[in-house]
This record gives sequence, C-alpha cells and structure tokens, in this order.
Amino acid sequence: MARAVTTQHKTFATAAAWIVALLIFFPILYTVITSFKSEQEAIQGFNLFPSGTMESYSEVQAQSGYFKFFLNSVLLSVGSTILALLVAIPAAWSMAFSPTKRTKDILMWMLSTKMMPAVAVLFPIYLIFRDTGLLDSRIGLMIMLMLINLPIVVWMLYTYFREIPGEILEAARMDGASLWNEIVYVLTPMAVPGIASTMLLNIILAWNEAFWTIRLTTTEAAPLTAFISSFSSPQGLFWAKLSAASTLAIAPILIMGWFSQKQLVRGLTFGAVK
Amino acid sequence: MATQQTRSLARLMMAPSVVLLFVWMIVPLAFTLWFSFQQYNPLNPIRDGFVGFSNYALFYSNPAFLQSILNTLTIVVAVLLITVIGGILLALLIDQPMWGQGIVRILVISPFFVMPPVAALVWKNMIMHPQYGVFADIARFFGGQPIDWFGQYPLTAIIIIVAWQWLPFATLILLTSLQSLDGEQKEAAEMDGAGFVSRFIYLTLPHMSRAITVVILIQTIFLLSVYAEILVTTNGGPGYASTNLPFLVYQKALLEFKIGQASAGGVIAVILANIVAFFAMRAVGKNLDK
Repeated sequence: MARAVTTQHKTFATAAAWIVALLIFFPILYTVITSFKSEQEAIQGFNLFPSGTMESYSEVQAQSGYFKFFLNSVLLSVGSTILALLVAIPAAWSMAFSPTKRTKDILMWMLSTKMMPAVAVLFPIYLIFRDTGLLDSRIGLMIMLMLINLPIVVWMLYTYFREIPGEILEAARMDGASLWNEIVYVLTPMAVPGIASTMLLNIILAWNEAFWTIRLTTTEAAPLTAFISSFSSPQGLFWAKLSAASTLAIAPILIMGWFSQKQLVRGLTFGAVK
Repeated sequence: MATQQTRSLARLMMAPSVVLLFVWMIVPLAFTLWFSFQQYNPLNPIRDGFVGFSNYALFYSNPAFLQSILNTLTIVVAVLLITVIGGILLALLIDQPMWGQGIVRILVISPFFVMPPVAALVWKNMIMHPQYGVFADIARFFGGQPIDWFGQYPLTAIIIIVAWQWLPFATLILLTSLQSLDGEQKEAAEMDGAGFVSRFIYLTLPHMSRAITVVILIQTIFLLSVYAEILVTTNGGPGYASTNLPFLVYQKALLEFKIGQASAGGVIAVILANIVAFFAMRAVGKNLDK
C-alpha cells in the first residue's frame, strides 16, 4: 500500500516537473526548431516540425559574417578570463594562506565595486576609451570585462583556496620543500579544480555581458551580444535567421553552463550557498 | 623576519587586484561627479562650464526621471517576487523523487545561460510578437485577439523576460540549499506527524532563509541595471513607459549628449545602488562569519 502511494507520488512529481521544465525551456527549444525552418515556414503559425533546411545558417554567415563576431566572443571571454586569473590568483592566494585582520574588509570592498552601476561611469569610460584609442578594440574590451568580473574571480578563488588545508603546507615545509616546490608540487594540484571552475563561470559571465560589449564596440571588436542586438529592428522576414543566429550564439555557453551548475551556485553566492 | 617577509610578499601579491579595482572605481566615478556639476555638450561647447546643482534640478524636473525610478523599482520588485516565490515552488517540486531529475534540472537552469539580447529578441519575436508569436497563435486558436505586448504592456513584457532569465538562478540556488537539508530532521518531523505545510513553515523555510537572502541581494544588484533587454525590445518606449534609470542615463549621455544631466542621473543611480549595497554587504558579511 505504502509502496503504491510512493510510486503514484513519484509519477505525479515527474509529470509536473517535466511539464514545468519544458515550459521554461520552450523559448530556447522553439528557437532551435525555428532555425531549421525556411523564412516562409517560420511565419506560418505554430509548428514544431521544421523542414530541416540549413539555409538560415548559411545566410547568417553570408549576410553578416557571423563567424567574426563568434571569434570575438571567444577571444574576449577567454582573454578577459585569463587576464582576470593572472591578477586574481596571487591575491586570492595570499588572502587564503596569509590572512590579516584586513583581509575580510578588502574582500568586502572588492565585492562593493561590483555594485557600482555600470551606467554611472558610461560616459567617462567612453571618453577614456575614445581618447586612448581603445574604443572598438579587443584589448580594451578585454580589460573592461576583466575589471567587472575581477571581484567575483577573487572571491571564488578565495573560497576554493581556503579549503586547501594549511597542515599540508606545514608538512611540506617540514620536509624541507622550498616555496617554489611547495607551490608547484603541493598547492597547484589541489588548486587546479577550483581555478578551472572559476574559469568556466567567468567565461560564461563574460560571454553574456551585454552592456559594455554593446556600447564600446562598433564593428571590429563586436562580439555576439552586439551582433544579436543589431537584429532589434526587423529586417523583412528574419525569424529563421534570428533563430539561427541566436542558436549559434547560445549553444556553446549553454552546454558549458550545464556542466557548471555547482560552480555557478558557489561562485554567484560568494560561497554562502554550496 | 620570515613572517615580515611573508607579509610583504602577501601584500605584493594582492597589490595588482587592489590597485586595478581602486582605479577602476575611483577614476570614472570622479569624472562622473565632476561632469554632474558641469554644462558639457560635445556637440555645442559654447556654453560649457560650472553650473552647480542645476543638472540635478533639470534631471529631477524631467518627467521621465520619476517615471524611470518608478520603473526601475517596479522591475526589481516584480521580478524578485516572481523569481523567489516561483523559485521556492520549483525547488520543492524538483526536490521530489522523480524520473529524469538531472534532465529537468538542466532544462530549468538553461535560460540563465542565454545572453540578454538573445533572450529579449527571442521573446519579442518568437513568443510575444502580435502577429507571428506563439502567444498570438494561442490567442487565435482560442478565438481571442492577440495582445500587442510591447505596445500595450511594455513594462510587463520586460518583467516577464527578465523573470524568465532569473527564475532558473533562484531555483538552482534554492534547490541546492534544499538538498543540504538534513534528511533525518525531515524524517523526524514526519514521524512527529508534522504535515507538509507545517514542515515547510517550521523546517524548510528557516533552513532556506540564508539562500533566499542571497538570491534577493544578488538579483537586486543585477536587476537595478537591466539594460540590454530594454534596448532590443521597446527602446524605452512607448514614451518613457519602459525606461528605467540606467536606460535614461544612457539616452541622455550617448543619444542626446547631455553629459551633465546624464552624469547627475549616474550619481543618483550610484546612490540608489549604495542603499541596496549597504544591506547586501551586511548580509553577505554575516554569512562569511559562519
């Protein structure tokens, strides 16, 4: 009897959860489906079964040079992440392993910079970028993305490094390991998973950043966020093309995201929820 | 001596991050503050100069200003209500024993990874378009009249889109918190005859309170500066119906080149964010101590 109730409960929960999940996922699913339709099909009402044409994909590339924007997105998100890691790893390292009274204050202050509304500094940044020739340059935008994500990177690395037991360091030191050996052979292997997780989350955040990437670029350095925004005014029949461009823009990061759920929770809650 | 050395090494290791963030925070902000007391128009520089608080007065007397503050707060509060309540319900549902839980999780979390312009354009054209959108198809199927979302209910439409992006985030974090709830405690409560509702109120909700706080605080930071979703859907309109503070500042600065007024708006945005940040930092700081 009890068994039957459990199965019933499970069946009901499964059905309810799948319905809700599919509804939430539907806009993404429908975009992918529409991307395999022709423009005529795309506006002929609700239809879940596309003809399977790939013409929208080839047209998006042919008309607007999609690949350049894609390449910029990759360069900007990966480049800014590497820059951020280079700056953040030593900082997080020293905060985790030789904390002082002020460590917590510094961490809080770093977090507070994240709360400054971007729009408040839009014009000064625009001026600085214009006068230094960084406007619409990949390196300028990389620095920008590095700066806005730096607090999260430091925080995330800090929460990971803090979990590396200090005793291991002491043991290594007792065995006569030099600082260099200590870092290369003892700490690095333990720190790599945390650094990898941080990297993954930061690439996702940088890929999807949609304020500075739109406002500080025009053509040369424009990533996918800027490219997609150019679709905001309809250009005749463009539903299938919009879908194809959108699918290509979100697919890589969506798949990365699926693998980073745990890190996402940890990184975006600053270690408060694990 | 060794500790002295370690300490200065530690300081050296921290320096790049601290200096970069300090410069990044102070320099542009100082510019903004300075511009907010200036008349500055790159297109018409004749009357440039110090004007005291008149930019603030102008910004304040602009009817769009109050509307934009109101819109900003409406977006924040509405999206928070939808995502927190929806997130709790969804987390409770997904936490039940079921088949294919992993896939359900993946489907639910997905919208969070969709870049804002894509999310907004997909909703605008595929879902809410008054002629070709799915909502219009549904309305026609039931013999109704399709709704012109972005013409008639622009702010509601934007709230729906932004809530769709953040509901996954809330759900994921609340679910993570829910799954860390001690199973034995739950069983004990069940044995004592506590029903689902009282279990939820006295056990689950207090356990999730920290996660709920974090969700509210983090989302507020991002929701205060919703931008791309407005840019690609309504462009702030009709009129100022869907203009929030960040969007108004952007319009003043880069479209109208009223730099003084835009900077005054920027300073107001900073003050608004600081009020929120004050509470945010306290809560996050408390969690850090645990």
